[in-house]
Amino acid sequence: MADHPAQAVQVHALAHQFDDLDQQHEASNFGMWIFLATEIMFFGGMFAGYTIFRHEYFTSFAAGSHLLNWRIGATNTAVLICSSLTMALAVHAAQLGKRMQLVTFLILTIVLGLAFIGIKLTFEWSRDWNEYLVPGQLVLGHAFAPQGEILKQLQEAHASLPKVEMFMFFYFAMTGFHALHMVVGVGLLLALTIMAWQGRFSPQRFNPVEGIGLYWHFVDIVWIFLFPLLYLIGGIS
Amino acid sequence: MSTATIEPSLESRVHYLNVSYGIKSWLLTTDHKRIALLYLASITLMFFVGGAAAVLIRLHLIEPTGALVQPETYNKLFSMHGIIMVFFFLIPSIPATLGNFLVPMMVGARDLAFPRINLLSWYVYMVGALLTLSAILAGGVDTGWTFYPPYSSNYSQTHVILAALGVFIAGFSSILTGFNFIVTIHKMRAPGLTWFRLPLFIWALYATSIIQILGTPVVAITIALLGLERLFHVGIFDPKIGGDPILFQHLFWFYSHPAVYIMILPPMGVISELVTCFSRKRIFGYSFIAFSSLSIAVISFLVWGHHMFVSGQSVYAGLVFSVLSFLVAIPSAIKVFNWTATLYKGSISYDAPMLYAMGFIGLFTMGGVTGLFLASLAVDVHVHDTYFVIAHFHYIMVGGAVMAYLGGIHFWWPKITGRLYPDKWARFAALVIFIGFNLTFFPQYMLGYLGMPRRYAVYPAEFQVLNVMSSAGASILGVGYLIPLVYLIWSMRYGPVAGPNPWRAKGLEWETPSPPPTENFEETPVVTEEAYAYSTEEA
Amino acid sequence: MWSGFPLRPDQASTIAEGFDHLFYFETAIAIFFATFIFLTIFYFAIKYRRRSENERPPEIEGSLVLELTWTLIPAALCAIMFYWGSALYFTNSRPPTAALEVFVVGKQWMWHLQHAEGPREINELHVPIGRPVKLTLTSEDVIHDFFVPAFRVKHDVVPGQYYSIWFEATKIGKYHFFCAQYCGAQHSGMIGWVTVMSEVDYEQWLTGGVRSETMAQAGGELYQKYACVTCHGTGRAPAFNGIYGQPVKLASGQTVTADEVYLRESIVEPSAKIADGYSPIMPTFKGQLSEEEILQLIAFIKSLGPEEKKVGKP
Repeated sequence: MADHPAQAVQVHALAHQFDDLDQQHEASNFGMWIFLATEIMFFGGMFAGYTIFRHEYFTSFAAGSHLLNWRIGATNTAVLICSSLTMALAVHAAQLGKRMQLVTFLILTIVLGLAFIGIKLTFEWSRDWNEYLVPGQLVLGHAFAPQGEILKQLQEAHASLPKVEMFMFFYFAMTGFHALHMVVGVGLLLALTIMAWQGRFSPQRFNPVEGIGLYWHFVDIVWIFLFPLLYLIGGIS
Repeated sequence: MSTATIEPSLESRVHYLNVSYGIKSWLLTTDHKRIALLYLASITLMFFVGGAAAVLIRLHLIEPTGALVQPETYNKLFSMHGIIMVFFFLIPSIPATLGNFLVPMMVGARDLAFPRINLLSWYVYMVGALLTLSAILAGGVDTGWTFYPPYSSNYSQTHVILAALGVFIAGFSSILTGFNFIVTIHKMRAPGLTWFRLPLFIWALYATSIIQILGTPVVAITIALLGLERLFHVGIFDPKIGGDPILFQHLFWFYSHPAVYIMILPPMGVISELVTCFSRKRIFGYSFIAFSSLSIAVISFLVWGHHMFVSGQSVYAGLVFSVLSFLVAIPSAIKVFNWTATLYKGSISYDAPMLYAMGFIGLFTMGGVTGLFLASLAVDVHVHDTYFVIAHFHYIMVGGAVMAYLGGIHFWWPKITGRLYPDKWARFAALVIFIGFNLTFFPQYMLGYLGMPRRYAVYPAEFQVLNVMSSAGASILGVGYLIPLVYLIWSMRYGPVAGPNPWRAKGLEWETPSPPPTENFEETPVVTEEAYAYSTEEA
Repeated sequence: MWSGFPLRPDQASTIAEGFDHLFYFETAIAIFFATFIFLTIFYFAIKYRRRSENERPPEIEGSLVLELTWTLIPAALCAIMFYWGSALYFTNSRPPTAALEVFVVGKQWMWHLQHAEGPREINELHVPIGRPVKLTLTSEDVIHDFFVPAFRVKHDVVPGQYYSIWFEATKIGKYHFFCAQYCGAQHSGMIGWVTVMSEVDYEQWLTGGVRSETMAQAGGELYQKYACVTCHGTGRAPAFNGIYGQPVKLASGQTVTADEVYLRESIVEPSAKIADGYSPIMPTFKGQLSEEEILQLIAFIKSLGPEEKKVGKP
């Protein structure tokens, strides 16, 4: 590359294996789509298992679904959709080369992402823990054992406790893997923010923002499927 | 073989091997060629670890009552053999070594699209390999490579979690490799290199990569769920707690059957290269071979149920999977016929890579036609889970994939190291491997038909004769694999200098010096002719 | 010297011969193609061996006719094999009606077998020649697989499921049966013998030796012992008479058939599928009843006809 002084301005942005910025941009964009195809298959395995058992044990899965608070789920859905909006605005700002706007929108996206995880932890998972709704026997003496009102509610719904536990397992596995993706996403966004602050992006080179934006939208879309499947399946009561 | 020695010394010129020295220059390299060598060293090690287990298995089975170890140990041996060979040798074998080395060169690029991700994939592989090896050192795992619950989730007393975690992690290295190849093949081809001018090796790896990125995540999540089930005793697979063990089999084979094609499509690509070069002839039916790779990749996702004909899936599911399994045989047959037809009126030389290639075609054919037995429902009922299945997939995986892998290594060795190996020894080794292989695995077809189930540490005495034959063959095969190890290492230092194109082969990788410079080409090549244009060559 | 080196497993069931015919057909196809490819490669390799370094082979692109030939011929052969294999499989998968019933429970690492008439066996199975025998398979723990090479039958034995296979023996003798699905340390020790006897010998075997009550009778005793009658005989829980094979409406609104799997589930996990109109008051019998006892209870329930009939033989 150094042989071509005309391109010298762009050298810092162009990795050695690419011929020009267009090729680099296309490759990274295409790569992200390929990666998302992989992610779809990863979640697809769990969705397949969930679908089969939901069909098999419909009553218990519906009863299990009633244990979740759809209002919190809906709130979190709204939070995530907003974060997708700010992410899209961040990509737009990067395209236009507006550094401060880019940093602002990235920070907003991070805040919304953290809000999602915070809401999940404080209002949902900790409650499940206190109510003995966490499946399995990770910690001795804290096995899945619904009590009091919840137990009565499950019995009235003719639910089978082991099947409800299985529902909770799917709930924790699917939302857990989703939350893991959120945490990774927040980490990536933090790195992006720092790079944006340092002015490492330009209208010629913003593919990391675009790629991670795609990833963030994907994580949102997974939630858009999880929310009705897990929270609304038994009908809102 | 060409005797022309163009360069007196390899050190007179800067290339990827001598551009920098020291451990750090290797462990932090982003050069696809160096990463290929890192992989080559790692998988060779894994191959011999898995091979050692195989040797012990065959020694043990000389006596009907078991000659060597307790059944518990035997179970750990075959599990270790399967897990290591499938996940840590066969799946990365050709893509991660030859593929890594050749894909950028064959498409005329300076490197893969994402060199750092490429290095990451090797580290991910190493972490997975070390975890699985540590499970073996800690006492082993005895579930077989298939990890079927509820045995693996609730009953096995061995290090299932650790081994499964290793497999889970190694899966991501395979995903990253496939991901890198797809982007590179799509976006980084040299000017003039249209899709239908690509070498068939690239087509094969492209089809492989599709399976890697779409199949591997499914087995990853399946193994993750299995691990969670074993850790927390909450079940979706164990019927004791309301799960369904058949669901695991569905999810597992949804990946693991296509994974068979991750292991065999790249060898098919290698064979297409070898057959053309050593016949000095354009491949017969280029587009049929190219499209058969793609159709294999697509159909491979639809045949997993043939592993479950006797597991209790419905008769109708069995019918559908049976017809699709027959369907996947047809593109493989097309390839075999086209390779054979390529030889017609060719100018055939018997260099070592060609011997491996001809061995591959024969053995792969035998593995393929015995696959038809397993696709037809009534016959599968009898031979399912017997030594017939073992023989069938070893004909594909060892007679096919390993033969082609060795053929490819011998073919591109001069390019990789810049040096030639002793051809007489190489041809001798190919012959020993071919004979040893057939003696090892042919008797196993007969054992399976007679009804000897697989994974048996002890067996009824009437099966002994065939088992002894098989064990005898295994010792020949074992020696056969050691010979190339010796002379290839020897040649790295003492072999004669090869020159850029010792085979007078076609393809961009042969137009650059051996070993190639770090960025592969002095200047970006421009492609003006079809692949394998041997007849336009200056005589 | 060939006694230690058999080339074919015994043919000892009605389906074995039909199976072998298909097997030979496929072997012939396999040998034909393998030989064809081997010989062609050898022939070309010798005829077109490189004679000088400067040879220039003709350029041959390919041939659509040839491609179609070697696509269509294998496809046609595949179609034949598919049809033949599937037809055979279909016929073999339907047990004839009047069959002797044997219930097989696999557990690490032995086989428990019980004839409907009562006799129990471990790692041994005695059957008469010339009469269809239906095996119902289930497992106490992990997945096993019941495999009789001489009969060409095999099926996985899955915990929580009942699968059945059948055979009709045609040759008196002793034949191996194996566990064919890896099940742990002593997997290879989980083998036994099927003894095919003449009708007379079989009757003698049945009546002599350890004569016990039929499976349904044993189930009836369990019915008394566990006091099932206190609910199922009083209307607090569904009555058993004539329930087997009938549709059951569930509290959830779904309808299931009261087959073996449903009955078993209702014993080990009563709350899973509650019949409509009843309360979920039944305790679980998981861990209290072995798989064999559950099979006996199911045999008892099956033996109960509709209300007006007396308890009959199975």
